[in-house]
Amino acid sequence: MRKFREFIIEKLVLLCGIASIFFVVLIFLFLLKEGFAVFKTVHPFAFLGGKSWYPISEPPRLGILPLILGSILVTVGAAIISIPIGVGCAIYIAEIAPKKTKEILKAGIELLAAIPSVVLGFIGMVTIVPLAKMLFHLPTGLTALSGSIMLAFMAMPTIVSIAEDALYSVPKTYKEGALAMGATHWQAIWRVMLRAASSGILAAVMLGIGRVIGETMAVMMITGNAAVIPHSFFAPVRTLTATIAAEMGEAVIGSEHYFALFAIGIVLFVISFGINVTADLFLHKRQ
Amino acid sequence: MPRRTLCILLALTLAISACSRAKKNSIQVKGSDTMVNLGQTWAEKYMARNPGDFVAVTGGGSGTGFSSLISCTCDIAMSSRNIKDKEMGLAEKRGITPNEIKVALDGLAVVVNPSNPVDRLTMDQLAGIFSGAIANWKEVGGANEEIVVLSREVNSGTHVYFKEHVLRRGDPASKAEFSPRALMLSSSQAIADEVAGNSAAIGYYGMGYISKKQKPVSVAPDENSQYVEPTIENVLGGHYPISRPLLLYTNGQPQGLVKRFIDFALSKEGQEIVLATDFVPVEK
Repeated sequence: MRKFREFIIEKLVLLCGIASIFFVVLIFLFLLKEGFAVFKTVHPFAFLGGKSWYPISEPPRLGILPLILGSILVTVGAAIISIPIGVGCAIYIAEIAPKKTKEILKAGIELLAAIPSVVLGFIGMVTIVPLAKMLFHLPTGLTALSGSIMLAFMAMPTIVSIAEDALYSVPKTYKEGALAMGATHWQAIWRVMLRAASSGILAAVMLGIGRVIGETMAVMMITGNAAVIPHSFFAPVRTLTATIAAEMGEAVIGSEHYFALFAIGIVLFVISFGINVTADLFLHKRQ
Repeated sequence: MPRRTLCILLALTLAISACSRAKKNSIQVKGSDTMVNLGQTWAEKYMARNPGDFVAVTGGGSGTGFSSLISCTCDIAMSSRNIKDKEMGLAEKRGITPNEIKVALDGLAVVVNPSNPVDRLTMDQLAGIFSGAIANWKEVGGANEEIVVLSREVNSGTHVYFKEHVLRRGDPASKAEFSPRALMLSSSQAIADEVAGNSAAIGYYGMGYISKKQKPVSVAPDENSQYVEPTIENVLGGHYPISRPLLLYTNGQPQGLVKRFIDFALSKEGQEIVLATDFVPVEK
C-alpha cells in the first residue's frame, strides 16, 4: 500500500513537471504560428528594418526598427544607471556594512522589488517626468531618460541580491589571503573579491537587464510612446512591449496588425531568451 | 420536489429563450465601430427594462452596416457618416428605403495649455501641426517653442476619426499620417493631464474631457471663416468643424421593436447614455 501511494505521488509530481514544459512549448508554438503569419505580407527585413509604424493605415506600414531601438535605448539607459549603483550596493552589503545595516539594507532592497511596476510608473509620471522637463528644458518630460531612471529602480533589486550572493559565496580565504599579503580593504575588494565573483555579477546584470527589457506598464506610462527613431535620451521613444500592450486590445484577430504584434512578441522572446541564456552561462561558469 | 422545480425552471428558461429568438422580439443592430459602445449600452439598458426583447449590437464599420441593411441582415444600421448615393441607389433597387435618424453628435475638442497664447487655429494649421509640418508654435502665432503633439493610441476610434477628418480632410485618397514624433497616450485623461502640465502641448479628445486646466482652441474651416469654440451649442448647430452626426438607419419608418429601441435611444435616459459615452446628445 505504501509503495502504491509512493508510486502515485511520484507520477503526479512528474505530471506537474511535464505540464509546465508542455505549456511553455504550446505558448512558444502559438507565438511562432501567429507571428510568422505576418511575413506572408511583409518581408522579414522590411519588418525588422522598416522605419515607420502605422499599423492601422491602408495599407499598413509595419516597420519595427523605431520600436527595437526604443527598447534598446531605454534598456541601455537603465543599465548605465542601475549597474554601478546595484553592484556598489552589493559590495557594500556583502563586504563593508556592519551586520545591522546589512539586515536593514537587504530588507529595503526586497521592499523595492515588491513595488508593482504600475505604481513605479505612476510615481515616475508625477515626479520624474515634470522634473526631467524642467531640469533639461525639454518640450516634454515623457522621454527615454525618464523611462530609464524608473526601470533602473526595477532592475536594481535583482542586480543587488544576485551580485551580493555571488560576492558572499567567494571563499573567505581569498579575502583573508589578500589582506595578509598587505592589500588594503579596497584593494582586496577590487582586485580579488570582484574578480572572483565576476561571473556571478555578470549574471546578476544580465538578469536585471532581462527584467528591464520585458517591462511594460511603467515604460508605457512615461516614455511618450512616439514611434520615431530616437536620437537622444531626451526624446520620447516607443518600446516593443508598450506597443503590444497598447495595441493588442483592438487589433482585429487575424489581421496583419494582429500578426505583426505577435511577431513583435517573437522578437522580444528572442531578445530575452538570449539574455537569460547568457546569464545562465555565467552562473554555470561560476559553479 | 426540488428536482421537479428544477425541471419546471428549465422548461421555463427554454420557453423564454425560444420566445426571444422569435423574429418579432429580436433585432440586429450593425455598423459603425465608433458607435458600438453606445449601441451596446443602449441595448443593455433597453433589455434590462424590457425583458423578452432582444437587441444584438455588432460593429464592422459604417459601410458594413449599410450593406447589411441593404441585404436585410440587420434591422438598424449605425453610421457615423451619411449614406452614399451609390448605397442609396443599391437600396432602392432592392426595394429598401433607408430612413435616417440622428441620435447623437460627436464633437472633438483640440486643447492647449491655458498659458499658451494661441487660442484659434484653422483646419489647415491643425493638419500641419498634427502631421508634423508645423513644428514650432511661432508659426501659428505663439511663442518660440517646439510643439509637443499628443495623440491617442491607434486603437482609438478618436485617433482614426481625427486622422481622417482633420489630417486627411475627409479625402479617402489622402496619405497624410500623424507625425511619427507625436506622443501616443493611452487615454483621453492622459492627454488632459499632459496638456495641463505642458505649455507646449496640443492634444484632442471628446468634449467631455475639457476642464479649467486645458484651453480648448477655436477652430475655423479656413482663414476667412469664423473661428468656432467647441461647445455643445456649436456642435448642435453644426458650426463646429470637427464634429459629425451619429446616425441610425432603418428600412422605412421604424415599427415594433425597432421603433421602441430608437424611441429609447432618443429618450431622456437614452440621451444620458449618449453623454456618458462622451458624445453630444441631439437634444438638450
